[in-house]
Amino acid sequence: MKDLMQQLINGLALGSIYALIALGYTMVYGIISLINFAYGEIYMFGAFTGLILAATYKTNVVVALLGGMMLSLVLGVLIERVAYKPLRRSSRLSALISTIGVSIFLSTLMVLLKGPNTQGFPKLFENKVYAIGNFQITIYQIVIIGVAAFLMLALHLFVTYTRTGRAMRATAQDQDAAGLMGVNIDRIIATTFAIGSSLAGAAGVLAGIYFNAVQPYMGTMAGLKAFAAAVLGGIGSIPGAMLGGLMIGLLEVLSVTVNLSEYKDAFAFGILILVLLVKPSGIMGQKINKKV
Amino acid sequence: MRNIKNNWLVQVIGFVLVLIMTGLTAQGLSRIMPPYYLQIGFFIGINVIMALGLNLIAGATGQLSLGHSAFMSIGAYASAIATVTLHLPFPVGILLGGLAACLFGIVIGFPTLRLSGDYLAIATLGFAEIVRVIFTNMQITGGAIGFLGIKNLTTFPVIMILTVAMIAVMMWLENSRNGRAMLAVREDEIAAESVGVNITWYKIQAFAIGSFCAGVGGALFAHTTTFIQPTDFGFMKSIEFLNMVVLGGLGSIPGTIIGSVVLTTAPEFLRFMANYRMLVYGLLLIIMMIFRPHGLLGGFNFRQAISRALFLGRRIRQGAKV
Repeated sequence: MKDLMQQLINGLALGSIYALIALGYTMVYGIISLINFAYGEIYMFGAFTGLILAATYKTNVVVALLGGMMLSLVLGVLIERVAYKPLRRSSRLSALISTIGVSIFLSTLMVLLKGPNTQGFPKLFENKVYAIGNFQITIYQIVIIGVAAFLMLALHLFVTYTRTGRAMRATAQDQDAAGLMGVNIDRIIATTFAIGSSLAGAAGVLAGIYFNAVQPYMGTMAGLKAFAAAVLGGIGSIPGAMLGGLMIGLLEVLSVTVNLSEYKDAFAFGILILVLLVKPSGIMGQKINKKV
Repeated sequence: MRNIKNNWLVQVIGFVLVLIMTGLTAQGLSRIMPPYYLQIGFFIGINVIMALGLNLIAGATGQLSLGHSAFMSIGAYASAIATVTLHLPFPVGILLGGLAACLFGIVIGFPTLRLSGDYLAIATLGFAEIVRVIFTNMQITGGAIGFLGIKNLTTFPVIMILTVAMIAVMMWLENSRNGRAMLAVREDEIAAESVGVNITWYKIQAFAIGSFCAGVGGALFAHTTTFIQPTDFGFMKSIEFLNMVVLGGLGSIPGTIIGSVVLTTAPEFLRFMANYRMLVYGLLLIIMMIFRPHGLLGGFNFRQAISRALFLGRRIRQGAKV
């Protein structure tokens, strides 16, 4: 039981990282029905920016985090402008391939810039272990869960209460109708990319601190799992992405607890397939009836 | 003329003759071509077979599958076990590889094809990851180290004959009743269902045939490289095949062939750029999609173009102004 509680804490920290990335997938998907495969690479660039800021410029953790978010934000907007906007009127599959092109480009670029090897993250602050009752929580985990919770809350408030947030929801519901009501669709799509990307950047820096490892191909697997998390929660739904991310994180950690760590990657996807078979639109997704 | 063309015996004899000619030509080419080019020829053949399978699933039937490499790995491992562990002859190995992949295609397709669009995409992606993890942890496949000691049994004529046969079968399928039903499923599932097309049946059929192709491709791949490991069949491999299909023109058989040839040879042409190779490859994908979003040959109908050209010739001869 003690072990289980401990694993729950670990799973929560890992799940927060997945949830942050999944939010970007789900937001972009909700608005333009595009799976942005370059997303994992934005996360990776965020991690590297944090690493460079912390290692070369010796900044503190807040600057590293904000720097990672800023660069990812710029990168996200740039990707939207270069690789997605010209393709808005063509088929979704060509847009998908275009994002795959971006993904290959970015990971190769990082290999050329920083080499293919895994790099350690400098210690930004002393890691302490707190014992609460029967289980322990490290300060890294507190920071990760805290930052993730804060960002998710901020996102929720932004989407629910601001004018831009309302415009985003309107665009997700019906792009043409929203356009007719005076919503600047181009700007809303760019904003969505920007917000999602900055969240991925934050996740990258947090993951770098937590795992103490950053490398150019780290984005692929993390991206796939976060995408799985977004689908698990019901793609297009923001609370669904948070829930899905936490579930995937917990599952991964629990699979290690039951001595199936070799199968931990399979676990997440296996559960995903099972959930989809029972409820094809994901846990919190809405079923859309299709008509001819 | 029309009667002779539609006679099945004539078609079968023609098919066999084409295969024999392909085999002889390939035999001749493999004598005179330098090994490096021959090797590229091997991979072009394998990739055409793989991409045609995916084209049937994603292009003709419209079911986006991101797990094509999983079926390739099943075919590769099954055939490797057949020839190395069970000492079966190579043709039996190829057949077993194809059948194993086909079986898994049906087993996986049955539940997942109820899903549509991106949900199907992520389910197939998940399936591919699960297959990869299982192969990494299995004893008989050599685990993460890989399957060693596969004999180099693939020859250029074998690959070329299978490629041409696959192309012929796909072209025949495209114009058959089944092929048209698949197209109907792609265009509009609900409309197809309402005119009596059993959409699940045709989806599974496409999945089974497509996986069979992937299994055959995998078997050929295993006996060309003589060494396979689970990481050979990762997510990026599936994406590679999807790129071939989309680059050429989704749903177009000539397009798929051209896409496979271009994307198999492109990394070789770009070899002089060394480390910048994949950078350019990524850029090329983006540029291609922006300027030819429907692929190189998307929306281009070969038969129509040829018949139009012929027709034009006749009309000019008859004195029509063009």
